[in-house]
Amino acid sequence: MIEFTFWDIVRNLLLAARWTVLLSLAAFVGGAVVGMVILFFRIAKNKWSRRIASGYIALFQGTPLLMQLFLMFFGLPMLGLRIEPWTAAVLGLTFFASAYLAEIWRSGVDALPLGQWDAGASLGLHYLQELRLIILPQAFSITRAPTVGFLVQLIKSTALTSIIGFEELVRTSNAINNATFEPFKVYGLVALIFFVMCFPLTQYARKLEQRAAAR
Amino acid sequence: MAFAWLPGALGDIARGAATTILLIAVTTLAGTFLSILGAAGRRNGPVLLKRAIGVYVEVVRNTPFLVQLFFIFFGLPSLGIRLDPVLAAMLAMTLNMAAYTIEIVGAGLDAVPGGQTEAALALGLRPRQVFIKIVLPQALKVIYPALTSQIVIMMLESAVVSQIAVRELTYEADMLQARTFRSFETYLVVTVVYLVLSMALRRLLVTGGRRVLGAGVS
Repeated sequence: MIEFTFWDIVRNLLLAARWTVLLSLAAFVGGAVVGMVILFFRIAKNKWSRRIASGYIALFQGTPLLMQLFLMFFGLPMLGLRIEPWTAAVLGLTFFASAYLAEIWRSGVDALPLGQWDAGASLGLHYLQELRLIILPQAFSITRAPTVGFLVQLIKSTALTSIIGFEELVRTSNAINNATFEPFKVYGLVALIFFVMCFPLTQYARKLEQRAAAR
Repeated sequence: MAFAWLPGALGDIARGAATTILLIAVTTLAGTFLSILGAAGRRNGPVLLKRAIGVYVEVVRNTPFLVQLFFIFFGLPSLGIRLDPVLAAMLAMTLNMAAYTIEIVGAGLDAVPGGQTEAALALGLRPRQVFIKIVLPQALKVIYPALTSQIVIMMLESAVVSQIAVRELTYEADMLQARTFRSFETYLVVTVVYLVLSMALRRLLVTGGRRVLGAGVS
């Protein structure tokens, strides 16, 4: 058996936390890009486009992320694509994030007075210009707090990718725990590392929320 | 895709779904009860209790449920507390949900105007009666939609308790795919079952809430 000192455990966990951070960032960026596309579908004038986007959002918000990851991990090979846990993790979390972000941002679009659209139209802007110049900047700025709040949720969700074999913080901690039999220490440290990553963001989201409420 | 295995697997899927439903039913009741105590304590308790509840809420909300589950299931035995997987899952789910619902219930309590308490006290009700009979029902009405969402989210999150071998829906899916070698189809079917369950749960909570609380939930 390998001997682990306390610092060995901490060092290994911190090294694994890199992947948690990287995965969170990749999924957030990917989710934002795909989420924008879903948002366009969700607020389009065409009824079918809106329905498809609603269905997409309902599907991802109505099923467990773990199932979505399993389907990604086992489904893509069925289409003939060999897939690494990393790819499945990024793709799975990207789709998951896109549904939530699209819904958050749509609530921002809905919160804008209709006059904003009318004013844009009366200035002679066409639909895309209106969205880009008037609607979306305002929608993003009023939904900043829930967007940051979702980022916290996304970071925590990366823990699930350990189950499909992605070597991040939780999977590494399982391996260390199997070698050291000190679950209290190991999982306690993992919880602490997640807390250090998430708590500042939670506080930031709270501050944004208060600022928005004061306005 | 091949679904020939499906008819023979329906029993297992139904059993797994029943366990998932049991888990969320217990969690909802225990979690809501705990969060009412927690929210009341955070507002009216002694300073030390207020602070302890605050720390509890922040710690749970800023760490993954999976880690909390492992901490309870693998960690507690080293303190001499050995829990059955189902009990460990219920405990972890309840503690996790309570942290979120303490905030929700708290927001509801804050939303009830202070005049309600004053009026009730003036009528001669004791503080506890005021809380249970006047403030709480109004607060629950306000927060009911948020509570409903949290319960549905918790049910979806319960998929990870399969990792400590609780024989719920996801665990049965794992067993099935190991037996049938049709992993994609198995997870597809089980995902659909989850979707139906979450929609049904939401519908049930909305109608139930309307009937009992008269809460306006869409």
